[in-house]
Amino acid sequence: MATDAASNTAITEPAAVTDAEVRAEPRRFTRAVLHNRKAMVGAVILLIMVFVAVFPGLIAPYDPQATVGPPNASPSSAHLLGTTQLGQDVLSQLIWGTRLTLWVTVVVSVIATFISMIIGVTAAYIGGLTDRVLTVITDVFLILPVLPLLILLSAYLTPGVSSLIIVLTITSWAFQARQLRSQGLSVRNRDFLVAARVRGERPLYIILVEIVPTMTSLLAASFLALAVFEVGFAASLQFLGLGNSGELMWGTMLYNAQQAAALESGNPWWALAPGLAVAVMGAGFALVNYAFDEIGNPALRPVRRGKRRGRASA
Amino acid sequence: MAEPLLEVSDLSVAYLTEAADVRAVDQVSFTVDRGEFLGIVGESGCGKSTLLFGVGQLLSPPGEVVGGSVIFRGSDMVRLTGDELRNMRWRDYSVVMQSAMNALNPMKSIGAQFKDTLQAHGSMSSAEIRERSAEVLKLVGIDPTHLASYPHQLSGGMRQRAMIAMALLLTPQLVMMDEPTSALDVVAQRSLMSKIKELQQRLGFAVLFVTHDMSVVSRYSDRVLVMYAGQIAEAAATEEIFEHPLHPYTRGLMSAFPSLRGPRRELLGIPGSPPDLARPPAGCRFHPRCPEVMPVCLSHEPELYPVGGAEVRCLLYAEQAKEAV
Amino acid sequence: MRYLTRRIGLFLITLWAALTVNFVIPRVMPGNEAVAALGAIRNVNPAALHALEIQFGVNSHQSILSSYFEYLGNCLTGQFGVTAQGVPVMTEIFSKLPWTLGLVGVTTVLAFVIGTVAGIASAWRRGGRLDAVLPPTLFITSTIPVFFVGLLLIYAFAVKLNWLPLGGNYSVGATPSFSLPFIWDVLKHALLPGLSLVIVTAGLWVYSMRNNMITTIAEDYVKTARAKGLPSRRIMYDYAARNAILPNLTGFAMQLGYVLGGAIVIEYLFSYPGLGYLFYTASTNHDLPLMEGLFLFYTLAVLICVLIADLLTAVLDPRTREA
Repeated sequence: MATDAASNTAITEPAAVTDAEVRAEPRRFTRAVLHNRKAMVGAVILLIMVFVAVFPGLIAPYDPQATVGPPNASPSSAHLLGTTQLGQDVLSQLIWGTRLTLWVTVVVSVIATFISMIIGVTAAYIGGLTDRVLTVITDVFLILPVLPLLILLSAYLTPGVSSLIIVLTITSWAFQARQLRSQGLSVRNRDFLVAARVRGERPLYIILVEIVPTMTSLLAASFLALAVFEVGFAASLQFLGLGNSGELMWGTMLYNAQQAAALESGNPWWALAPGLAVAVMGAGFALVNYAFDEIGNPALRPVRRGKRRGRASA
Repeated sequence: MAEPLLEVSDLSVAYLTEAADVRAVDQVSFTVDRGEFLGIVGESGCGKSTLLFGVGQLLSPPGEVVGGSVIFRGSDMVRLTGDELRNMRWRDYSVVMQSAMNALNPMKSIGAQFKDTLQAHGSMSSAEIRERSAEVLKLVGIDPTHLASYPHQLSGGMRQRAMIAMALLLTPQLVMMDEPTSALDVVAQRSLMSKIKELQQRLGFAVLFVTHDMSVVSRYSDRVLVMYAGQIAEAAATEEIFEHPLHPYTRGLMSAFPSLRGPRRELLGIPGSPPDLARPPAGCRFHPRCPEVMPVCLSHEPELYPVGGAEVRCLLYAEQAKEAV
Repeated sequence: MRYLTRRIGLFLITLWAALTVNFVIPRVMPGNEAVAALGAIRNVNPAALHALEIQFGVNSHQSILSSYFEYLGNCLTGQFGVTAQGVPVMTEIFSKLPWTLGLVGVTTVLAFVIGTVAGIASAWRRGGRLDAVLPPTLFITSTIPVFFVGLLLIYAFAVKLNWLPLGGNYSVGATPSFSLPFIWDVLKHALLPGLSLVIVTAGLWVYSMRNNMITTIAEDYVKTARAKGLPSRRIMYDYAARNAILPNLTGFAMQLGYVLGGAIVIEYLFSYPGLGYLFYTASTNHDLPLMEGLFLFYTLAVLICVLIADLLTAVLDPRTREA
């Protein structure tokens, strides 16, 4: 007769995700990204942008600062996007402006993600009072309205890329701290971490060497989520005149175009093109991020229509 | 012999995703008689929960029934639509899920969740609703004042029992349970299981019980289905399966069981892991892990062969079955 | 109760943080902006000037700590300094408030309704036509910076088609009154800015609402509701939508900060004389007292909305009650 053994069976349910699986995260996600259509479109957009940023000289027809045509000219075969008020080629400006725009976006997103991670994981790992204090600080920064704070901070700094990076980082670091903290909490009591603690490793080592590598997909997702909005925020700030119009970025192009009333009385493409470029770069990051959402949350994945229509109502 | 309550024939369920189609349940057939307690066991990923939801017509996209029939009370549930199916739900069969914390709406009181069930299936007055709700709670040993409580205000064991009470609101003939005791500690498990068995004997409903816990199955079920990789590996009366397991997989499960009585013996597991159902192995799906594998197992898919009162999906018994015919 | 006390606590702390930010920044940032700004102020009474000096640390011989407490005291009594023209900051803000309140208020409500309905509908019919088209479209529109939407609309409707005015809140020379022609004039001027905000904000709402809804629908209790044979509509409202919206109410309120930021840019683009435009002119004029006052005001607005959302959650979500 079978016995009353307690449930020590050969087929015990495994822990929801094994330690090995947690460490295999990066590989799994890379594979998933390659299969997702949205991710591929977004990735292509971003790769093109990177290429343009790195090799502007190869594509741009003219020197962006030089006067090469009549002022405020409409698009023509010589100037595909027309010219500025000073007769500069808009397309060349757009191409050369990619570099700084992308640079600022990436740098801010990386630094903000990094700070977010340190704060989030430290709060999760150390817990207790440290956790509470860090969480309150994070919450405060999350509520403070971003653009007003950006404007306020920019007023005190010399306009330029460095100031831009500083103020954007200050207002953005809190954005992902919550998610990263949650992830840190869920990983905190894993066996491989307990083993590290028992070995006597210091908290900083554990955080950087053991915990962080398990979060690579979440970190990548955080980076992307931030980048989507940093492009827009940077451009908005410069559009409002808080940037340095001497530096060539899409935002400063917008400012110059607006100052010259390009939409109404000049070459409207001078204003529309950089705006479109900002939107496309944002969309690129957003598409890849959208795919990450789907990968991380299986419920969001696309649904094929089967024999029954979309959703059974019975 | 009386007609079976539930007759599942060649049921197949697949997950249709962008990447691949995965057959989680592959042509499964079985019957359930009135008042019978049928246990379905298997490793995680073998398709037992999917089978349960497939039978109950509760699959969510991308899961879909892609073949077979489920005859229940004279109708094929797979073919039923809209209101016909809705009428059968809960009245003729109900479902108890693994975690009451997840299966009960956290924003509605227990009483409110009982009420909307009763209101969906007939017109009872508020007084009658309250009376019936209190009645089922008492059946499972919960004080009816808890009708006003919210799920998070109850203990784990109470929540599971509240779910079972809810399942009995319309006195269905079949109650399907998906590992309802997994989320509980051992003592609460025991208490809940004996309560379920007591109710079953009192009210006479059949139970379809999915679990990975062999001890529960051994003690309470009449018959057992062992599932592996989306198929039935072995089906037999409980005593038969535990005394004379036929399929090498079942034998592996049994030998992994420490016994309180009897001689001490080595605990063996089953080496390897279940196959990826997107790309199942050729021939018998168990052959990569089978200690009694034969060359023919790699190329021929076994059918379900009758052996005595049991059925086994194993080529070891193919000859026997042929001879018996 | 404990939930509410925690949220009120956060409200007070954030408010204090915003006040402190205003105090700390002039002292920490490089440059003599503060001195220059205060030097440019004309026509102001000595008390107000003194309050500003305390706030910005100019000409002050007090210790930082005593300046800080005096500054906090001033804030509590409603003294937020004067603008570069000598007008009290709060007076200036309140005069421009109605225009922004109207624009942002209406568009936010509209966007919330559209976003919620569209999000629920598209999530409920997964795999349907709506779900295939709507989420990606609205997702893209929500990531487009609001100024670009504004630029497009201006170009299309104001410049090319000349249907709607280029900017301002009412036509030059018109006298404000409650007459129908004036109201129509105001609406015409508010249409494009409002549309820009609605497009971007609704996109944001739809995306989060749809995701919340999909996650909620995947929950076991919705499966149980289906198993119980409840009518489809009942499940959608009572089990799915309510559970998708309510826990995220506070999250929605926190997105208000982003919307307000967008409104600043839109007001600049359309020369719409509300608080956003005021903020823009303040920044070009380096009018620090006004900028800090506005920053505080915006923060307070977001905080109040978040607190309202918290209150609603405390009342409507049973999980906030003690177990």
